[in-house]
Amino acid sequence: MSNLGEKVKKIRSKNAGPFWITIDVFCGDKKIYKDVCNKLKNAKISSLFMISEQDLKRFEIDNLNVIKFSFPRKIIQGDIFDRDMHGAQLAVILSEMKF
Amino acid sequence: MIPIKVLVPSGVLGLGFDLEALNNGIKNNPDIISIDGGSTDSGPFSLGSGTSKYSRAAIKAEWKSLMIAREKANVPLVIGSCGTCGTNRMVDWMENITIELAKELNQHLKIAKLYCDQQKEYIKESYKLNKILSLNPAPKLNNKVIDEMSNIVALAGAEQIQECINTGADIILAGRTTDTAIISALPLMKGANPGSSWHGAKVAECGALCSTNPTSGVVMVEFDKTGFTVEPMSKNAFCTSQTVAAHMLYENADPYILYEPGGYMDVTYSNYYNIDRKKVRVEGAIWNSSINYNVKLEGAKIAGYQTSLLVLLRDNNYVKNIKKWTDKLTDFLKKEIYERMDIDSSEYSLEFRHIGLDSILGELEKKLGSPVEVGVLCLITSKNEISIEIAKLINPFLLHFPLSFNEELPTFAFPFSPVHSNRGCVYEFALNHILELDDPMDAFQIQISEV
Repeated sequence: MSNLGEKVKKIRSKNAGPFWITIDVFCGDKKIYKDVCNKLKNAKISSLFMISEQDLKRFEIDNLNVIKFSFPRKIIQGDIFDRDMHGAQLAVILSEMKF
Repeated sequence: MIPIKVLVPSGVLGLGFDLEALNNGIKNNPDIISIDGGSTDSGPFSLGSGTSKYSRAAIKAEWKSLMIAREKANVPLVIGSCGTCGTNRMVDWMENITIELAKELNQHLKIAKLYCDQQKEYIKESYKLNKILSLNPAPKLNNKVIDEMSNIVALAGAEQIQECINTGADIILAGRTTDTAIISALPLMKGANPGSSWHGAKVAECGALCSTNPTSGVVMVEFDKTGFTVEPMSKNAFCTSQTVAAHMLYENADPYILYEPGGYMDVTYSNYYNIDRKKVRVEGAIWNSSINYNVKLEGAKIAGYQTSLLVLLRDNNYVKNIKKWTDKLTDFLKKEIYERMDIDSSEYSLEFRHIGLDSILGELEKKLGSPVEVGVLCLITSKNEISIEIAKLINPFLLHFPLSFNEELPTFAFPFSPVHSNRGCVYEFALNHILELDDPMDAFQIQISEV
């Protein structure tokens, strides 16, 4: 078992406006993309980010070999309890997950 | 129709662009130069305080290059979301810079200003008439919250920018506008494919971010009846079908759908292909008009007055027990603040973050390593400036608070004098809503001037 980040080309996260976070998993090639699509379950993603599965949007973008996840922020961007306004460090949660 | 060329110098004014690439763009005869001036991307402070994120000097220097380029090309120059937040005051700020530069450059100009501020009474009335609808997720809205907001703006779309273009202005200074509308407005007016007008605008709204060389800034988009072609203007930048298609992912919660005033664009069935090494052709986006004409609202209100303190700990026993230390310290301080200042803990927020441990991910952090040192960031936020006094009360305990009471008084590392930093007024976003309009100009005003 290796980390997801070692298997794919790149994982990035970013705020999408003040109310959403979006994470892009660039798989690199079709084989890895298919493998990741099959094995990366929404339940697992939801539990890693402590959100409900209903709030999670998932997009499988075949032509780019990308899997994208979006979900509403629990803490709105720039709120006094916000720790990462751009949410760009959240990507490590996916890169460091065992795969 | 004759194809319409829109020159986009960069993703935002203030970030810089390659001057040679800008000149290449001008040589390619654009019909308009469009640049974004703002965003909510840096948080609520800009809108809350009604100020620019970038320095006036940086804005002026870049605007000067664009005003010179505009004169050469003899086409309109449009900036959306002036001064980051796009309030009326920031539109006037941008006008002030423009007038200064017009004098320095000896340019005679017609300027159109688009105002996007919303009056509280109008918002309350619209709310009462159910013309304000919440998006997901939306902060709670009521009249009290509306009263508390320091600034409310509506995001202009293509229609309002087109009104400005129709005035024949040389320079258009728009308040808060969608990033895409400043680019799509002219091609839409001239009969370009509507879906592709929005799609091309979306691809180019971050400048050369859709290319292999994002920092070069400048791109040209050519719009026609069936699609658009995008080309970076720097010698060292290339667009590929991948870089262009991938841009739809960036900062978008949905990679296929983009809502704009008056409808939404759908790029599910778009095709991307390289025409040559640099240029990418895209076709197939669809525009769906909505029945009602809705614009998005943005608003910010004061979250409180914040003061921060930072203490650094290297003592191994304290580093190992850092959470226990701040838990004990929190209980102790709440009691002290109540006893000495008569302030109940419900009247302020006191938070400790452990830098080196989990200060970024918080409860989501899975890896708890063993750092050699930890920084403890203490944040106090209160309804008024009492947070400074609370910070001063906290100061000696942050320096000396012991884990157990039978040990010699410890002393930790303060990196600053004064120890506390007054962060002043901090804001929070208070709207994720749309406003329904009978006419696109209902919530917007245009002012014309000559210099």
